[in-house]
Amino acid sequence: MTVGFPFDCHILTVNRNGHILTLMAEPTTDVIQGTLDMLILKTVSLEPMHGFGIARRIEDISRGVFKVNPGSLMTAFQRLERAGWLDSEWRQSENARRAKFYTLTKAGRKQLEVETTDWERRTSAVARLLRAEA
Amino acid sequence: MSLRRQAVAGVRALFRRRRADQDVSDEVEHFVEQSVRANLSRGMSPSDARRAARLEVGSAVHVREQMRDEAWENVVETFIADVRYAARRLRAAPGFTVVTLGTLAIGIGATTAIFSAVNPILFKALPYPNANRVTVVWEVRADGGSIDGSFGMYRELAARNRSFEALAVFKGWQPTMTGPAEPERFEGQRVTFEYFRVLGITPAVGRTFEISDDRPGGPNVVILSDRLWRRRFAADAAIVGRQITLDDASYQVVGVLPPAFENVLLPDAELWAPLQYGMSQGRAWGHHLRTIGRLRAGVDAAAATRELNQLGNTVIGELHPPTYGKTTAMLVEPLQNDITRSVRPALLAVLGAVALVLIIACVNVTNLLLARGVRHQSEFALRAALGAERRRLIRQVLTESLLLSTLGGVAGIGVAAFGVRALVALSPPGLPRLNAIDVDASAFLFAFVVTTAIGVAFGLLPAIDAARSDPHGALQSDTRRATYGHRRARAALVVAEVALALVLLVTSGLLLRSLQRLFAVDVGFDATHVLTMQVQTGGERYRDSATTIHFFEQALAAVKQVAGVETAAFTSQLPLDGKADDRYGVAFESKAARPANDDPSAFRYAVAGDYIQTMRIPLERGRLLNEHDRSDSPPVALINESYAKRTFASIDPIGQRLRIGPLQGVTIVGVVGDVRHTSLAVARSDAVYVSEQQWPFVDNVMSLVVRTRGDAADLAPSIRAAIWSVDKDQPIVSVALMSDVVARSAAERRFALMLFEAFAIAALVLAAAGIYGVLSGSVAERTREMGVRSALGASSGMLLRLILRQGLTLTALGAAIGLVGAVAAGKAIRSMLFGVTALDGVTYAAVIALLTAVSALACAVPALRASRVDPALTLRAE
Repeated sequence: MTVGFPFDCHILTVNRNGHILTLMAEPTTDVIQGTLDMLILKTVSLEPMHGFGIARRIEDISRGVFKVNPGSLMTAFQRLERAGWLDSEWRQSENARRAKFYTLTKAGRKQLEVETTDWERRTSAVARLLRAEA
Repeated sequence: MSLRRQAVAGVRALFRRRRADQDVSDEVEHFVEQSVRANLSRGMSPSDARRAARLEVGSAVHVREQMRDEAWENVVETFIADVRYAARRLRAAPGFTVVTLGTLAIGIGATTAIFSAVNPILFKALPYPNANRVTVVWEVRADGGSIDGSFGMYRELAARNRSFEALAVFKGWQPTMTGPAEPERFEGQRVTFEYFRVLGITPAVGRTFEISDDRPGGPNVVILSDRLWRRRFAADAAIVGRQITLDDASYQVVGVLPPAFENVLLPDAELWAPLQYGMSQGRAWGHHLRTIGRLRAGVDAAAATRELNQLGNTVIGELHPPTYGKTTAMLVEPLQNDITRSVRPALLAVLGAVALVLIIACVNVTNLLLARGVRHQSEFALRAALGAERRRLIRQVLTESLLLSTLGGVAGIGVAAFGVRALVALSPPGLPRLNAIDVDASAFLFAFVVTTAIGVAFGLLPAIDAARSDPHGALQSDTRRATYGHRRARAALVVAEVALALVLLVTSGLLLRSLQRLFAVDVGFDATHVLTMQVQTGGERYRDSATTIHFFEQALAAVKQVAGVETAAFTSQLPLDGKADDRYGVAFESKAARPANDDPSAFRYAVAGDYIQTMRIPLERGRLLNEHDRSDSPPVALINESYAKRTFASIDPIGQRLRIGPLQGVTIVGVVGDVRHTSLAVARSDAVYVSEQQWPFVDNVMSLVVRTRGDAADLAPSIRAAIWSVDKDQPIVSVALMSDVVARSAAERRFALMLFEAFAIAALVLAAAGIYGVLSGSVAERTREMGVRSALGASSGMLLRLILRQGLTLTALGAAIGLVGAVAAGKAIRSMLFGVTALDGVTYAAVIALLTAVSALACAVPALRASRVDPALTLRAE
């Protein structure tokens, strides 16, 4: 299946499970599909946060490796909210503008654990493979 | 959980789009603001900070699009947008839309309505378990006609046969119920005990009849229909065992039939009682009972016929029943064939006609869509050139086609619902299973799918063309070759339409002429100013035949006293009322009499009063019956002219003697004119008129015929009152003008004709629309050519003729092809024709004239337009 990859307007070929088949982009700006969801869940698990905060936090903590485009971010929020992993709430921000704050739901926390475990399993497997190669 | 959230969120977004959009904008704005602040704090100048933030975020609209792309409700939104767009396009072409919708509505609606009516009657199994095993048994006369069975034969066959699980005989019964409520006459049946077993029905409450109920002097028991039980007894749960009064006698209710029970043998029947015949009765061998049987599993009708034939002849050989000849023949036939026999040819013909209408509708839709496609070709090419995706183009056309079909389908359902109701309302009396007729979903689906498939297929052609072809070429005005091909296709479609319309016009023309011929038939009596009604005696008092005769005499005397009554009489049967089939075997005593060719039976009219005078049947020789022909005087009879001529040739029939049924030694005293008895189309007219008093048994149902001076209908109330002045408890039914009775006798033909006419007119209109469409399209495409011709000196008359010729050539071609079909169709409906051949020249000539005139009219407008082309204008425009 070919879908528009939701960030940075790069076109990717991804299968249903979110596994990437081909990827064409500069290495520094891409967040692997599926990984973005995990990063958001992780970030929000620390404290309720609004969109910009989440973007900055991901950027900061990854030391600029991941730069998240706001469009992709908000599409991801929509997806996660509908999946029941995030809750949102409109709050008045410092200068009286409406701001949407996201919190992690119970299901979201569980999902984060699942994804984290899965991620660790994969990365350690990849790491082992690379080591064996070298 | 998440599915529900998905749905809720999606639906909320759909219905509160503005709010959802506002949320996104707010969130984006907030993001931008935060970004600006972060940039500022990083030391950017305010304008740089703002620009960088904007650059990072992009526009809110873009984000919104991105989010929508991923949400499922987006599909719905695109669909709605497509539908809106399609609706706009259809509104922009009101002529096309109305004609297409009309065509679809007629095609789908008419097909559905007709199939809905025909399906339960002809094709669906009767509502009985293993309905294919329920059969009717007829005795077959030498001339091939079938007659009712007798009780004696039923008893013998029931005892001896191996083919049937159960056999039953029955006859009509019209008891009058008296009691606390008003007296009411019901339709019912007297049946032998296995009647319901043959049909495979058991009562919902109570029990069915048992053999102990069904013997002479047996108990008065009755089974009610569900309808009657609810209507008259308020669905009384304790009905079984209750006594009700029928014809002055007390009957015990033993059962109520299930609500779904449909008594196709007599749909109006509401109660049933055992027949209670015995072999000692005189009527035991009389042919007046209908026989039905349930075949054993694995036995077919042909095998059963063979067995009964053999058994019937054995019975005759052993018992020598007086009402049978030396041999007999039996016919076992599925019940469904039996009840549909009279209407089957007409229904099949109508089904064929409506199929033609559906085909014409399809052709017309194809035609309209092709024309529209040609007009939109350049639009599609342009859009393709501007980068519209092929998928998107096709999806839009598809939406438009489906919208059109759906609207057409909705209109079609309306037409079908109306049509079914109209069919039931207008249906002839002989149409069985009326209450089973309802709009048939599968027929509707079939018609809908066919027309939709055609709509989609031909709607898509131009879009596929545009998407596939090189837009550059299509945009250039080099479309002439393509349109030429389309024009050829459309011309072929018009030819097909004309041909089909001709077939329908010829068949309905033939039916129309048949009906005209039929009503021109001399019925043999004068039906104007004659009022008829059925009078019945029933109840304890009338067990005695003298009382019954006395009642009818007194009633007649009272009727004659009514002001405005000229003459009046009672007759045991009324010609052409659809029930007149009371025949008895006749034998002439004289050796001079030529034996009857094959069927020795004649219609028996037992009359009281001046029947012949009232009906104005001409007296050819001898005298009429009169008040001196009483039960104690020698029996006399009148016979009809052709009967006398055939039997006695040149010998004087007056004074000859005959035997009719149970009445022997009858002297012929007069000869009267021939009368049509069973139907206008059936010439069989042999009849014997005897005095009611001299007939060996009494008819307790008689038809009153009254000739009036003024308007016959006005006298009905006073005549009824006169009869009730004699006995107010005797029911009077079937009050009708004799002229209406005659007209109704052709109701089935009239019904078929009406449908054919409607279809033929629809076909004609559709064909005319097709011709008009093709010609006006071709004139529009050839405007330039017309201009050139005109500039080169062609007069407007020449241009007019050019287009007319083009249109009439199509018509002529279509008509020529249609003639072949019409000849075949005429042959197919031959059994419905009367007095005209299937190749009736007048019909053909008239139809071709009509078709030519209509198509000339359809050509006229485009032709005039062509003739008025201004050469200067058109040439400059190019």
